[in-house]
Amino acid sequence: MKRKRFVLTFPPEVVGEPITYNLAKQHDVKVNIINADVSPGEEGSLLVEMEATYPNMKKGVEYLKELNIEIESINKKIQFKKDECIDCGACTAVCFAGALFMKKPDWKLTFDPDLCVVCELCVKACPLGLFKIDFGDSAYV
Amino acid sequence: MAVKRTFEEINDKIKKGKAVILTAEEVTKMAKESSVSDVAKKVDVVTTATFGPMCSSGAFINFGHSNPPIRMEKITLNDVAGYGGLAAVDTYIGATETSIYNEKYGGAHVIEDFIKGKKIKLVAQGKGTDCYPKKEIQTYIDKKSVNEAYMYNPRNAYQNYAAAVNSTNNIKYTYMGTLLPRLGNLTYSTSGELSPLLNDPEMRTIGIGTRIFLCGAQGFVSWNGTQFNTTKPKNKYGIPLSNAATLAVIGDLKQMSDKYLKAAYYEKYGVSFFIGLGIPIPVLDEEIAKFVSISNKDIQTTIFDYGYNERPNFGTVTYEALLTGQIEIDNKKVRTASLSSLIKAREIADVLKKWLSKGQFYLNQPVQHFPSKTSLHSLKETGEDL
Repeated sequence: MKRKRFVLTFPPEVVGEPITYNLAKQHDVKVNIINADVSPGEEGSLLVEMEATYPNMKKGVEYLKELNIEIESINKKIQFKKDECIDCGACTAVCFAGALFMKKPDWKLTFDPDLCVVCELCVKACPLGLFKIDFGDSAYV
Repeated sequence: MAVKRTFEEINDKIKKGKAVILTAEEVTKMAKESSVSDVAKKVDVVTTATFGPMCSSGAFINFGHSNPPIRMEKITLNDVAGYGGLAAVDTYIGATETSIYNEKYGGAHVIEDFIKGKKIKLVAQGKGTDCYPKKEIQTYIDKKSVNEAYMYNPRNAYQNYAAAVNSTNNIKYTYMGTLLPRLGNLTYSTSGELSPLLNDPEMRTIGIGTRIFLCGAQGFVSWNGTQFNTTKPKNKYGIPLSNAATLAVIGDLKQMSDKYLKAAYYEKYGVSFFIGLGIPIPVLDEEIAKFVSISNKDIQTTIFDYGYNERPNFGTVTYEALLTGQIEIDNKKVRTASLSSLIKAREIADVLKKWLSKGQFYLNQPVQHFPSKTSLHSLKETGEDL
């Protein structure tokens, strides 16, 4: 089994498509919607965690691509300038998902994109403005 | 016999490369296995450090005179206002002053850019006088073009600082970072057992004239910091339980490194400045040895609710508990997060240790100690017609 987080960006005409139902029913892909920014008539974004066997995952991804849905790994949607980070910890204060954390003994900031829920709180919380997230309308810069 | 050392004796050892120097974390570790008198016997100097946001910071710059000269009365640097009330080409640029055009760029950013060697846009106006006829100037300056440029921070290195939570139903954006509603998180800002004024809580060795590490340069303590308070309640180890003493510090901007300072912006609060500061503490006797052996379990701070103006408190907590990443408040598990960088503080304590070991840094005995028994006045609105 493979489990991975993806950001799905879909054009306005696909917003009405029951994609999560189809992924489960037709391709046996378990889909967990973690965050969504969908408005009728506009482009939509979904953060999903998909779990399936490798062949089913491949088929599911093919299905999404046929619908012109852009599917990208969450890493590509989040930019974090790690080199400029001073490891202060301000972002960890707001990261309730636990994707940003610091631990003993070195207290260095670690970012685990597989735990990120794209809440975007870190974008504002980082005093050096090192996070950039491209998700939904907000597309913080 | 109890150990007694003088600054001169320690400096002599530093000169000969024979001084035993440990960081405050190393000495705390040592103290777990050794007695206070052993620590006093073996260790000469302990290096302490902090790297946290310190808003009350800034720099004096003298631009040099143009020809014809100008008496600068209104001054901006990269569109950030500098103080124009000094003669005639001096200014003070405060860290928290923000750009006319960009609230996320401020005095701290100007100073950081200056230290990086970048060109800074200077625009100034004066009314024009017989001795200073020029009325406006627009030019670029950098650290090579100006005369003196020195950091002068009226309030740095807080001896302890309160921790912040928010019990209201709304998110609060503060200088203590983003505070999530309903006690969703807690932020604190300290390097704990590595912090300068927590290792010499009575400031027996730190005073006016103490040589320090300031943002990569050798600087000095110039005065007690503003809001200097020595009468806050203390724990049994003599450590104040919240914000207490502070330092005013000075150092040459041109010698500083952007590695040890960083401009910051806190959402809906404004600009602040991460300052890297390190202080060596000479182990003059057993009392100092006891103070520098302090560990995070012996240091407490008070938790304040930043959701309300009155800032009610939720009691005290040790830094050891805060560093676990989670504490309990009102039977609720609350995630804790630091705002100051422990990695950077450790790096500074190590650099200072290296400087001392190589004889590149000597201890200065304070020329004057700070006042004792100080407390703070609050600002009263007198209600008089103005």
